[in-house]
This record gives sequence, structure tokens and C-alpha cells, in this order.
Amino acid sequence: MIKAILIFNNHGKPRLIRFYQYFAEDMQQQIIRETFHLVSKRDDNVCNFLEGGSLIGGSDYKLIYRHYATLYFVFCVDSSESELGILDLIQVFVETLDKCFENVCELDLIFHMDKVHYILQEVVMGGMVLETNMNEIVAQVDVQNRMEKSEGGLSAAPARAVSAVKNMNLPEIPRNINIGDINIKVPSLSPF
Amino acid sequence: MALKMVKGSIDRMFDKNLQDLVRGIRNHKEDEAKYISTCIDEIKQELKQDNIAVKANAVCKLTYLQMLGYDVSWAAFNIVEVMSSSKFTYKRIGYLAASQCFHEGTDVIMLTTNQIRKDLSSPNQYDTGVALTGLSCFVTPDLARDLANDIMTLMSHTKPFIRKKAVLIMYKVFLKYPESLRPAFPRLKEKLEDPDPGVQSAAVNVICELARRNPKNYLSLAPLFFKLMTSSTNNWVLIKIIKLFGALTPLEPRLGKKLIEPLTNLIHSTSAMSLLYECVNTVIAVLISLSSGMPNHSASIQLCVQKLRILIEDSDQNLKYLGLLAMSKILKTHPKSVQSHKDLILQCLDDKDESIRLRALDLLYGMVSKKNLMEIVKKLMLHMDKAEGTTYRDELLTKIIDICSQSNYQYITNFEWYISILVELTRLEGTRHGHLIASQMLDVAIRVKAIRGFAVAQMAMLLDNAHMLTGNTQRNGICEVLYAAAWICGEFSEHLKDPLQTLEAMLRPKVATLPGHIQAVYVQNVAKLFATVLRGQEGVPDRQVAQETSQLLIDRLPLFVQSANLEVQERASCILQLVKYVQKLQQKEVQVAEEVTALFAGELNPVAPKAQKKVPVPEGLDLDAWINEPPSESESEDEKPKAVFAQEEQRPTRPRHPEVDEKELARRREARKQEQANNPFYIKASPSSQKVYAETPGVEHIPVVQIDLSVPLKVPGMPMSDQYVKLEEERRQREKAERKKKKEKKRRKDKCGRGHRAESGGESEEDITPAHTVDIVTEEMPENALPSDEDDKDPSDPHKALDIDLDKPLVDNEKLPVRAHRPPDALKSPVEGGEGEGVAQEPKKKSKKDKKEKEKRKSKERKKSKEEKKKNKHGQERGEEPEAGSAEEPAAMAAAAEATTPPAVTTAEVSDLDFWLSSAPVPSNKKEAAVPVPEVVPDAAPVSEPDEPKDAELEEPKSSKHKKKKQKKEKEDRDKKKKKRHHRHHSDGGRAESVRNGEEEEEEEPLPPMSNYCLLAENPYIKMSYDIQGNLQDGSQVVVSVIFENKSSSSSFLKCMEFNVLDSLNSKLQRPEGASPHEAVTIPFQLPPGVSNEARFVFSVQSIVMPQKLKGTLAFIVKSEDSSTHEKLDFKLHFTCTSYMITTPCYSDAFAKLLESGDLKASSVRLEGVSMPFHHLLARICFHHHFSVVERIDSCASMYSRSIQGHHVCLLVKTVDQTVSIDAKCDEPSLLENVLQEIKQTFAKC
Repeated sequence: MIKAILIFNNHGKPRLIRFYQYFAEDMQQQIIRETFHLVSKRDDNVCNFLEGGSLIGGSDYKLIYRHYATLYFVFCVDSSESELGILDLIQVFVETLDKCFENVCELDLIFHMDKVHYILQEVVMGGMVLETNMNEIVAQVDVQNRMEKSEGGLSAAPARAVSAVKNMNLPEIPRNINIGDINIKVPSLSPF
Repeated sequence: MALKMVKGSIDRMFDKNLQDLVRGIRNHKEDEAKYISTCIDEIKQELKQDNIAVKANAVCKLTYLQMLGYDVSWAAFNIVEVMSSSKFTYKRIGYLAASQCFHEGTDVIMLTTNQIRKDLSSPNQYDTGVALTGLSCFVTPDLARDLANDIMTLMSHTKPFIRKKAVLIMYKVFLKYPESLRPAFPRLKEKLEDPDPGVQSAAVNVICELARRNPKNYLSLAPLFFKLMTSSTNNWVLIKIIKLFGALTPLEPRLGKKLIEPLTNLIHSTSAMSLLYECVNTVIAVLISLSSGMPNHSASIQLCVQKLRILIEDSDQNLKYLGLLAMSKILKTHPKSVQSHKDLILQCLDDKDESIRLRALDLLYGMVSKKNLMEIVKKLMLHMDKAEGTTYRDELLTKIIDICSQSNYQYITNFEWYISILVELTRLEGTRHGHLIASQMLDVAIRVKAIRGFAVAQMAMLLDNAHMLTGNTQRNGICEVLYAAAWICGEFSEHLKDPLQTLEAMLRPKVATLPGHIQAVYVQNVAKLFATVLRGQEGVPDRQVAQETSQLLIDRLPLFVQSANLEVQERASCILQLVKYVQKLQQKEVQVAEEVTALFAGELNPVAPKAQKKVPVPEGLDLDAWINEPPSESESEDEKPKAVFAQEEQRPTRPRHPEVDEKELARRREARKQEQANNPFYIKASPSSQKVYAETPGVEHIPVVQIDLSVPLKVPGMPMSDQYVKLEEERRQREKAERKKKKEKKRRKDKCGRGHRAESGGESEEDITPAHTVDIVTEEMPENALPSDEDDKDPSDPHKALDIDLDKPLVDNEKLPVRAHRPPDALKSPVEGGEGEGVAQEPKKKSKKDKKEKEKRKSKERKKSKEEKKKNKHGQERGEEPEAGSAEEPAAMAAAAEATTPPAVTTAEVSDLDFWLSSAPVPSNKKEAAVPVPEVVPDAAPVSEPDEPKDAELEEPKSSKHKKKKQKKEKEDRDKKKKKRHHRHHSDGGRAESVRNGEEEEEEEPLPPMSNYCLLAENPYIKMSYDIQGNLQDGSQVVVSVIFENKSSSSSFLKCMEFNVLDSLNSKLQRPEGASPHEAVTIPFQLPPGVSNEARFVFSVQSIVMPQKLKGTLAFIVKSEDSSTHEKLDFKLHFTCTSYMITTPCYSDAFAKLLESGDLKASSVRLEGVSMPFHHLLARICFHHHFSVVERIDSCASMYSRSIQGHHVCLLVKTVDQTVSIDAKCDEPSLLENVLQEIKQTFAKC
């Protein structure tokens, strides 16, 4: 079982949190802080597994994470999950994001947290791995997005126009920061 | 009004959306909290509006704020509103928000039940998907109970997208509502063989998760998983299954044996490291469970260790980490194989990655021996100096202590060395493990008598230098050591060289800054030291020292009397008064030393950690009984409590009985020793019986020398343990030489005896003897200590509730609660009978019963008679056919049919496992030659059947069901054959009994056997029966399953069977690709005599409104011993309209809507003289005509079915006195007419 999925940036700012077990909001923030503290001090060339998150689970649980450019993707899993499998799953998830957002970067996650959630929902459900085939995930996400579009989306056209105007008033529009080498080679893991 | 609306929409334009909110937060970095609070106010306004789009937008923003740590539970009701929007976009937002912030305590959750149910049955699969995903995050016991049935129905949804979600969510439902596990399990099992890999993977996932917690209930699935393992190519599935096997093998060693080979093959063949790693892990688990008795298991271990070494040597840190992790599992059972890689592991200790160093540390535990302990610990001490982070250093510290103290200090040859290591560890800054060091000091000093002198000297030094330890308040953890030091110095003060000095050290004013519990120990032990000093001064004519000591105490103790700590205060004032009294006596020149010492006479022995718990409850003592009668009751039973105490007293006196003679005592001692030896919790004296060496000359004086050497230690802060390494080396050499000498001289006999004892004590590889008399005092245990050690399982573990016997047949009332619109008559209606709560207690009671039954069955098996067998077989047939029906129908129909079904199924499964696992050679007969036996060919499916036409299997979602049926058939055949020779495991004996049992439990009479298979054609050689089913996936296809049975009397084979049909315009047989339109389809199996098998053929159809008949021919060769002939058999396939119907569940509201829509044409039919009970009637319609019951009220029921092309057929069945009237509606009148005619025929037949 996966107990939690956390995405935060190099400064520990949460970009997506998904707990599969209930924690109150302040506890969630504490967990994020602790996890960030544990993960951020590790070099990039050490292993991706980590024990000792004291807030979630206990000895049976491990943190498995990957670091892409400015973002950490952390999965907290128990011993029923294969460590290398989860690493691969993170890769699949990130590659899916890359496909859905076309060259994903941190800003995509910041402004479209809901969409990232919808993608994640097709990968992991209730703490269990739902689908590992990227094409299948992308296909399902696409169909649902098309449905949304056909319904006119959340904000209909006029609202969007207004929001465009509002955009222009912004002192600075953050520039895209590319995650860069998203296709990090997964060593010695044949694609599932 | 219109104006208001316009205004509303203009307002809306200026609402922030999620992106605006995020942007705003980013632009208000300085006053983020303030900005967000204004945003929340805006959101509250937006939520008050009627426009659902505005609400959805607001909820979406709330979801973002929730991530930032804001509590948004106040908006829970609005979230529910958004969830219930009909638009997918909003619904999705609502469910997302709910999944992020709903939990069991959210009270609005109970409002969602109906909404979720509606979404689950939505025609739009994505609505259903969103609901399932959301539900998986916030399912509560109530939701689980109310929706379990709906979700179970979705497990057979046409879309794999929904199926896999429904399967996965079942796990959550089981957790919250354990009663659903048993009713849902058969279907879950079916999903293991789902044609869609995603669904299959989900089912494996769920079962693995279930089995991980309660593996024994899933052993019977092992053959199925084995088959999946050998056939699947999906690494995810493989990993899960292999992990599952790892959990199952400890329960069934035979399974392990079976697994070794395929796993080893996988290890050799796979290129995926994740898979390789899991295989190695499971092989290790298997080897652990086998412990011994595998001829080639050393080879497997070698293979594992080899592969792990490759992983560890890999440059990828992840693999290195995992390699070490797996290695530590091998270590537990096969330490030798790991020890050979010591170099590698020690190397990992220097790795830059902390995770890896920690793993390597774990392994070190098994690397030590008497020979290298000192060396390894020295290395660790070096690391300790270098270690930067406190966590790693603490870990090192605990590991050093673990390694040294493991198995009762087995590897320590020189305790002086160990004490000095402990003293060195106290110099560690900022550790949390002061208490650990302290307890080690205490333990060693108490249990190793010989070391006390040395220990006391060291402790005195620690006390003297206490300021080193306490100087910094930050290093609080380490001052725990002073607790041990003070106690040791006090308790064993007779070993102190200069007690007075220590006494002074303990009375320094600085002591008052220590934690209270340590001060208390200080004060108490000051008194002990005082006694020692007095005694030391006894004979001395000069009284000054003694008097000065008293004065010292009187001066210093008031400091403690003022302590804020009660314990310290109390002890100090007691002792102060005592000393004052002593001083008075001293002034009168009275000898007091004797009396003061008497205060602390007697030795304290160590007590085993669980001793108290293990005191057995004396017979007749009821701890739950009242000691005093509860006040309200009469006083007549007042005697009772006294009796309790009397009995209790009796016990302890008995062992001390004075009349026991010496012999008896010796015998008892022996018995006790025996008992202690068998008691794993009794810490025994070291097996090496060090006493032996007590007299050995040359050993005795060494400690003296060393103590002298340790004088320079008085300079604190100097490492000292190192010298022992050198000394030990010298000592060992000397000893060796001496032993040689002794051997040459061949001394007295008792030497031999000793040598003998040493050997039997397991002194193992090295002849290293401990440096000095080490008498490890055993810890005390109460007499008759209970050996058991109750594992304290967490009673709140949700998985405990899922420990449910799944092989047990389902009983009548055990099914998922079905929503009832109108309160149905519970007694009469099997459809909606058992509501959740009532069932709750049921399973447990029954499982006991069932166990007993199983035992009974076993004993009966032996006496099995032929007649019984016949009966049983009958029962089995009866059982299996309704099962087919019931599996198809969602819960509603299931109950009635299942009551008769399960016994056969489950017993067959249990014996299946035994059969599958038994490695005994299977008696060869022709049938089994055709069915590959797994022992021979490991990658063939264990209970496999000859391959079926691929296309049929691919298209047919329900194939598993058919397979099961067929397997049973095969088994039956086998049984028939073996009846005379073998009493097989197949617990047929129990079947009759359990069927009967099922009947007893049932309130309504059971259904008669039903089968959809009807005769197709027959001749003296072969019999064909068939059944036609619609294809769920493809609206233009039906699947014809034909059972071929070889009827020929003599031993003739049927082979080269070819099946051909004359296609009509409307219906065509699907032939393999590339075949011409009239070519026959070859049946991919042969039939040995008396055997039957099933093949499936897919037909494509265009119009389904009319029944049709197709002519066909089966051509085959009959091969007997001497001749072979070509034969032909013509047949007519009858495609009834019923066969185009698919059992589809329908909810009564949807049903009502359908009827109201007015698109349907009506028709009706009357059946006269139907005498069967109403529920049989319904069951028949359900079974033969693929309907499902929508609702039933007394003798009236509505039913629904759908054709493969999506025509709805609705029935209203009423019965009055043997007359059944069926009113029907359908959007296709001719189809309806035909279906009704067919129903009429069905009932005309019986």
C-alpha cells in the first residue's frame, strides 16, 4: 500500500499532497516538513530509499523518492510494495505528466494542481497501484479532459477573457522553468 | 429578476479562479496569510451563491488551500453539493475535494450515500470512475456496508476501466466492512483471470494485500497464483505474486519446494532488476521456511548470495541498498554464506550514503565471532569518531552494544575490554542512548561476578569525573550512566579501593544538578558506601576517619534534604537521621559498623525481564472473581475471598517443604534445569561453562596485571580499550602454548572431562577461552514459569477483522445488503433477506463449526464407500451448476442458488491444493498424461486443461467459470477411475454431509439442479452438449461452449476432431484468420476414453430478434488398439433468443424510469399449473433466461435483462395459485415475443 504521495520543491513548498490515510491538516504540514527535511539533505547520488520518517507509519514504511530538477516526488509505501517498482512508477507518473502538459515544469504543477490530481488518480487509487501503462493513463486522462471541454470547462469563455485581462495586470508573469532532463534513465529496470 | 441574473454573471466574471488564486498568493509573499484569509472570505461568498459553477470554482480553490495546510472542513456541505452536480467537470472537482478532506469523522458523509450510488450506476463510465476514485479515499464503514453490493456489481462492468477500479476499491470496502469479504470473494477470484491485464493486476493487488495480513486463508489460491506466475509477463503482477508467495511459504513448506525451481529460472532469465530482487527475496523466504531437508538448497542459497553480491557491487546505490537488505534476511538462517562476503560488507560501512551504511551495520551483527569481535568493534569506534550526524552515531552506538551483548554475550571473551568500551562510549556527545549504556553496565556488573572488581574501579573513576559528563546540560542523555555508576559503586563497594574518595565524589554539590532519579540513587548508595567505610575502619584504633566520614555526610546531606524531588528528599532525610544517630553512637565509642552493614546485607540477583508476567496463576485462583462481594449482594458468600488467599499461600510453601531429602532436591534441581533449558526465555548461563577454566594456571593472574595497567586510565578522556586488543592477542597465544603443554603431559582424567564439556558446550571454531572466571549469573524466574509468550497483537488492527475463512461455503444469509425500497417480507424473500447487521456475528460461529466438520470429513474419508461416492457426485453436479448461474447474477439471485452450491466447490478446492502440492507420484492414466502434471513440467499450469481456442478465450470474459466447471468434471472422471485403487484426498466424503448441512440451515427448500447445457447430438462414440452465451464485450458475438464426451466403450481415442457449421446469412462461425469461409475448425484436444472436455466457438450474429438453427457436422477419427475409423456426427445448433440475453443488474429507480419512458412495447403470457415455489420460478428465469431480479415483493417480482445489442427486456412476474402471469415490455417486440415463448417452453418442460 502507498500511504502518501508528496510533491514539493527544493524549498519544501508543497505542490501536491495526497494522503491515503487521514491526517489532520496541521499534521499533514508537519509530515511534509519532516519529509522535506529528510530528503533535502541527501545528495543526488545516494540511494532513493529512506527509512525513519517517524510521523507516518513506522518501521514498516519507507520513503521512496526521486528528485527531478526543482521537484521532489516522494512516495511513502509499506513493505508490500516493491521498492524498484515504485521508483519506476514515479518515473511513469512523471513521464505521464510530461506528456499531458507537454514538457512539464514546476509551474504546471503550481497552476494546475487539480489536473495533476486527476492524472494521479489514474495511476494510484486509494493507495493501490491502478495502472502502470502510460499510454492507457494518458488515454483515460485525455478522454476525461475532452469531456470537460465539451461541457465548457470550469470557467466559461467570458470568464476566461477576464482572466486574461487580469493576467496582463500582473507585474511579472513567471517564466517557464523547464524541468530539464525529465527522461532520466531508469537504471536496470525493464519497462513494465 | 433578469437583472439579478445578469448581475450575477457579471460578478462571476470577476471571481478568481484557481490560477488567479495561485498567482495572487505568489504575489503576496510578504503577507500571504492575510491575503489567503481575504480569499477565504471571497470563497465563502461564492459558496453562498446558487450558481453551481461558482461553487465548483470555489471548492476547487479550497482544495488548493487545503494543500497549504488550511482546514476547509467547514465547506464539507458545499463539497457535497458540487459532488452532486450533473456535470462531469463539477462532479470531478467535488469528488477531488472530498477525497482530500473527508474522513470518517466528517458528518456530511452520510448524506452522500445516495449520490454516490447514483454516480456508481451512471451510464457514463467516467462519472462512475470519478465516484469510485473519490470513494476509495473516504469510504467509511457505513458507506462500505451500503455500497458494497453496488461496487460488487461493478466488478463485472463491461468496461475494464470501471472493472479495475471496482476491484481495487473492494479492498477498502473489506477493511471497513469485513462481512463483505466472503460474499464478494468468489467474484474477486474470478477477476484474477480477467481478460484485461489491468483488471487482472488489480485483482492480484487486492488479494495480495489481503493475503499479506492473513496468509493462511489464501493458501488454497496458491495453484491459481502459480499458474499466473508461470504465464504472466506483466512484471507488476509477477512481483506482487512473488511477494505473496513469500508470505505463503512459511505456512506450507511444500509450496516452497514447488516454487524453488520456477523462481530460480526467473532469476536466471529476467532482465528486470526489480523482479530479480523479489525472486531472490522469496527464494530466501522459501529457504528459511524449509530450514533443511532440501537436497540442493545450498545451491539456491549460493545463487541468491551471488546475485546479491552483484547487486551490492553495482554502482547504483539503490541496488546496493536492496542487496544489503536482502542479505540481512539470509543472515538469520544461513550466517555462514553471508560471512564469506565480510569484506564487501565492511567496505559498505565506509559508503558515503547513510542508508547503505545503516544496512551494512545490520549485517555486521551476524559477522562477528569471538575472533573478530574486538577488531570489528574497534573499527566501529573509529567510525563513531568520524560520524557527523547524531542519528548515525546513535545507530552505531546501539549496534555496538547489540553486537557485543547478542546471545548472552556469547562472543565476548574479555569483559574488561567490554567495560572499557562502555566507558569510552560515555564520551559520546549528545547521544540519546545513555540509558542503554547504563543498563549494559548494570547488567554486566551484576551478571559477571568476576568482573565486579574491575567494573567498580571504572565506575568510581566515572563518578570522580562526573563533571565531564554533566558539564554541558545539552548532553543530558549521557548522565544516565552515572545512575549505573553510582549503583555499582554502592552495591559492590567491598571491591572499592578507596571508598572514601568515591563517597566524597558522590557528595559534591554539583550532584544536585543531576536529574532526580539519579540523585536518589546517589543518596541511597552514599549510605552503602558509608557502611563500607565504617566497616573498613572497624579494627583501626584511630577513630578519626570514621567520625570524619559521618561528619561529611551530615554536612552534605542537607543539600539533598532540600531537594524538590520527593524521592531524593525522603531518602536523604532518612539517611541523614541515621547518620546522626550513628555519629552519636560513635561518640560513645560503640561499634556500629556491623549494624549499619546489615542494612544492606544480601545480594540482589537479576530478575528476568518477563518474570513477573510468567508467574503462573495457581490452580483454582480466579483472578476475575470478586475479592470482596459487590456491595449490593448478600453476604452469604463472604467466605470466598479468604479461600482465594488460602490457596495462593499454599503454593509457595510447598517447595520449601522441610521433609524433602537431598535426593529429591537434586532431582528437582535437575528437572528445573531441564525446564529452563527448554524455556527460550530463560537466560541460561553461558554454554561455554567458563568455570572450567577457573583453575587453569596462567589465566588467573592476567586480570591482576590488567587492572594495574588500567591505572593510567585515571587520566580521563584517553582511549583505553585498544590495549585490550593487543593483550588479548598475547593472552591467546600464551594459552595456546599452554594447552599444547598440557596435551603433551596428558594430565589427570578430569582434564579430559573438562575438555569434553567444553566441546559439548558448543565452543565452536575457536578454542579461545574467556580471559577470566566469568560466572554469568542467571536471571531469576519464578517457579513453573509459563513458557508461552503471548504476542501482543494490536487489537485495533483493521486487518484482524479480515481474518476470515474464505474456503467455507457461503451460507444463505451471508450476502451483501441490497437496498430495499419497500420493507420486504424478510422471511419469504430470499432476495432482500439478510441486512448487513444481522449477518455480522454469523461467520465466526460458523467457521468453528466448519472446522469440526472438516475434521469429521477427514475421518470419514477413510471409510468412504462406493455408494456414498455416487451420492456425492450427485451432490457435486447439483452444486456446480447453480453456481454457474449464481456467479452471473448480482447478489440478488445468488442467495438461493448458492445455498446448495458451495460445499462441493470448497472441499474440492482444499483437496485441490493438497493434490497440487503433494509430490507423490500421481498414478498414471491416460487422462493425466494429457493433462500435464506440474511436478514434471513446472511451467505448465498445475490444474491446467488442454488449451482452448485462443480467440474464444480472449473474447470470453466468463471463461474462468467454465474452466472451473470443467476442472471439476475432469476431477470427477479421475475419481471414477481411481475409485477402486485409491482413496484420494478429494474429500467427497464430506460433500453429502455438507450439502445436507446447507439444507438444514436453509429456510426454504433448495433449488433443484439446473443446467443450461443441453444435448446437441449423440452417437455411440461421442456425446455433445452445448450452451450459448452472449459476449459482453462485443454486441455482435455469441459464444457456444460445447462439451465433448468420449462415450466409446472400449479404449478408443477420439482425435482429429473438426467442427464445422453451415453459416447462414445472419450467423457465422468465426474461423481462425486466413481460413476460408467453409473450412472446419480443428478442436485442439483429443479425448481418451471416458473423458470429456469443452471447447468454445465464437459466432457472429447480425439480427438477434429471431431464434435460429444452424446445421453443422463434427468429423473425427476413432482410434482403437488395432484400427482407426473416420466418423461423422451431424447436429443442429439452436440459437434461442434467450442466448442473446445477458444478465445485467438494474436498480429499481432506473427500472422505473425505463418503464415510464414509453419506448417499450408490451406483451404478456400466462403459465398454468406451475407448482413450484415462487423463488424457484424466479431462479429458473434468472438462470435459464439470463434475467436478474430487480425487486421482489411477496409473490410478485420485477426482472430485467439486456440483449447483447442493448435491447431492454423488463418482466413483471406474478403468481396466484399455480398460475403465473408474466407481463413484459421490450423495445423490440419480436424479440420479446420469442423470449416469452422460450420461457413458456422452459416451464412446460417441468
